[in-house]
Amino acid sequence: MQLKWEDTAINGNGNNGARIGVYICHCGTNIAGKVDVNAVVESVANLPGVVIAREYKYMCSDPGQELIVQDAKEFDLNRVVVASCSPHLHELTFRRATANAGKNPYLMHMVNIREHVSWVTDDPASATEKSKKLVKAAVQRIFWHEKLEPRRFPVNPNVLIVGGGIAGIHAALTLASAGKQVYLVERKPTIGGHMAQFDKTFPTLDCAACILTPKMTAVRQHPNIHLMTYSEVSEVSGFVGNFKVKVKRYPRYIDEEKCIGCLECIEACVYKEGKYVNEFDLGLGKRKPIYMPFPQAVPPVPVIDPATCIEFKSHKCPKGCMEVCGDRDAIDFAQKVQEVELEVGTVIMATGFKTFDPNRVPQYGYGKFSNVYTSLEVERLVNASGPTLGQVVMRDGRRPESIGVLHCIGSRDENTNKYCSRVCCMYSLKLAHLLKEKTGAHIYNFYIDMRTPGKGFEEFYKRVLEEGVSMIRGKVAEVSAWPQSPAEEGKLILRVEDTLLGVVRRIPVDMVVLSVGMEPHADVAEVRRLFNLGCSVEGWFLERHPKLAPVDTFTDGIFLAGCNQGPKDIPDTVAQAGAAAAQSMALIDKRYVEMDPNTAWIDEELCSGCHVCVAMCPYTAIHFDAEKKVAVLNEALCKGCGTCVAACPSGAAQQNLFRDEQLFAEVEGVLV
Amino acid sequence: MTKKFNPTIVGFFCNWCTYLAADLAGTSRMKYAPNVRVVRTMCSGRVDPQMVLWAFHHGADGVLIGGCHPGDCHYQEGNYKALRRTRLLRKMLAQFGIEPERLRLEWISAAEAERLRDVMNEFTTQIRQLGPLRKEAVKPAAMAA
Repeated sequence: MQLKWEDTAINGNGNNGARIGVYICHCGTNIAGKVDVNAVVESVANLPGVVIAREYKYMCSDPGQELIVQDAKEFDLNRVVVASCSPHLHELTFRRATANAGKNPYLMHMVNIREHVSWVTDDPASATEKSKKLVKAAVQRIFWHEKLEPRRFPVNPNVLIVGGGIAGIHAALTLASAGKQVYLVERKPTIGGHMAQFDKTFPTLDCAACILTPKMTAVRQHPNIHLMTYSEVSEVSGFVGNFKVKVKRYPRYIDEEKCIGCLECIEACVYKEGKYVNEFDLGLGKRKPIYMPFPQAVPPVPVIDPATCIEFKSHKCPKGCMEVCGDRDAIDFAQKVQEVELEVGTVIMATGFKTFDPNRVPQYGYGKFSNVYTSLEVERLVNASGPTLGQVVMRDGRRPESIGVLHCIGSRDENTNKYCSRVCCMYSLKLAHLLKEKTGAHIYNFYIDMRTPGKGFEEFYKRVLEEGVSMIRGKVAEVSAWPQSPAEEGKLILRVEDTLLGVVRRIPVDMVVLSVGMEPHADVAEVRRLFNLGCSVEGWFLERHPKLAPVDTFTDGIFLAGCNQGPKDIPDTVAQAGAAAAQSMALIDKRYVEMDPNTAWIDEELCSGCHVCVAMCPYTAIHFDAEKKVAVLNEALCKGCGTCVAACPSGAAQQNLFRDEQLFAEVEGVLV
Repeated sequence: MTKKFNPTIVGFFCNWCTYLAADLAGTSRMKYAPNVRVVRTMCSGRVDPQMVLWAFHHGADGVLIGGCHPGDCHYQEGNYKALRRTRLLRKMLAQFGIEPERLRLEWISAAEAERLRDVMNEFTTQIRQLGPLRKEAVKPAAMAA
């Protein structure tokens, strides 16, 4: 029978046997401090169908949930309304409580009187009034709830990890050692990410390569990890447990299977010296058209850059590389972009960050004065496998005798990024230590606030202080090369207000290091749309809950690890990667997912065969049955948006949990 | 009227963007006008024009539909459908004698709590200036469809 909302008990035509229990949560003082919960209880107690209405201090607590179970027995309830926090927080809790009471969990409806009322309303009377209406609406809505069963789907045990920095590497190794098959996709020719570019890591001064490269090698050797470097995800479809992913594999013009990593081809290139900018060294070093980004790159297979290789430009190269490769025959100039299709159950996003571009703050002279560096460039400069083999030699060939390290470049700044990038204070201290050790130069660190919260961080700060690094509290206003005294001749002059002394100072130095902050990748918007993720205003991927679900996203089955969720250091990144791997495993090992049965369905009797819904569905879940002349919905493909329901002119399309009757009753309830 | 008119507004917020923005506004303890009463739908594309008319019929002075930004829809393109429907519906409202400004569609992402607060306040002020919806404007006969 199709029930019309005019027939509801609210309109006086009996109550369809509904026996409703209504529970108003105090949430301590979070709700009760603003909303008069007793008044709300009174206002709904006599509504048709309501058998029991109560308030309770914490509905989500065990005794709170037990209240529902007991009442369901005592009063023979068959409907439950809980007015408390957001359903995004506790819908599952109260559905479980309803199920524990032996009732179908979908006969419970939640009202959000905390996030949407008590926390956002000044006036207690208005908050109470609004709560009353929202609860009344839920009571009217719950009449139309039906017994439903969650949908169950199997979970594909394979995992896709996007990004091969330390986050992706750690998650991949964790999952692989638990026996899961992992596809690790990395955009660059090698895995390693930013961490591979660092020299030492704070505060322990571990050599970054020494702790990272064993993990990189482990990734390559692990039988359960399928590494795809120089590759990008181009298409994602499906849903939790059942994603279909297309990966574009760009040609490196060297066959990964055949190459043995002898690097003779690089030696044999017609270019005897590196001529082109080495991206890995951020332009500080040169490479040939055939190159390895860095010695420990994984896979240890060179890449040919078609933009600079003579063979690609003129087809007239003697191809020394091919000759020396000989029978191994690994070099293949005919390689094309390949597209690979993968089926995975879960996805871990470990896409990382980019560093702030200091060209956006021209007052610091980056690009104008050759001796102004970014912190990442200095990481390469002090690195033994870097362009200068660890010698701190400036672009003009001199060794610096004084160095200024400027904190907070592109962080904590109204004009660029308001947030703190979290790692810069510590890495600036680390660079101060390393530069002092390598050059003996006098180092000045310019900081706004020194932020060293972390294990061993404050101790490291003290150590650097004791080493004689000058800390100046003030944000540098300008880097110039305009001497006003003989001492400033040939130097870069930093103009800064020393806020501890209360004076404006001019400090001449040879070298300037800009401690750039972290930013989301430039293409974060495309990536997030590809994977259907949310972003914060700054462009960091949005976690499901900042505290309680920090690696989950709003798209089930997709998890976050590392700096794409916000700036963090290596230990935090690794911890988060482990958490993402664990969440992924929790889904895989359960073997199935249960999803809300909020799918649409089409009543054949009412369908007029107008085709409107067919075109509406973004998932092609609806097709037209030419024989019966009605639209038919494939529940397995339906994701439950309800757009077909809104479009159906004859009311034949309906959506579970969001049926017309339910929504119309709710709208009426909030108003009348 | 001597008393300050306190409009009643129905909000249809999509589960993934605007509803979450309202949750975030709550968690951030942002204060805004209490006039908008939110009905959650999975997608702004679920908002049937009949539901909007139903709201006006039952005494709403304004209706606010909140969805994800273009390109960000959790269901790919439901928000575009909401946009098309809202534009047509506003024309239809004018024919009913209801000011089209009483129906507003906003894209508010899950991160834009401040924007949500501002829209809630702005829209409430705007409807307050428009005054109460003349009840005779919507005849029950018009709702029969």
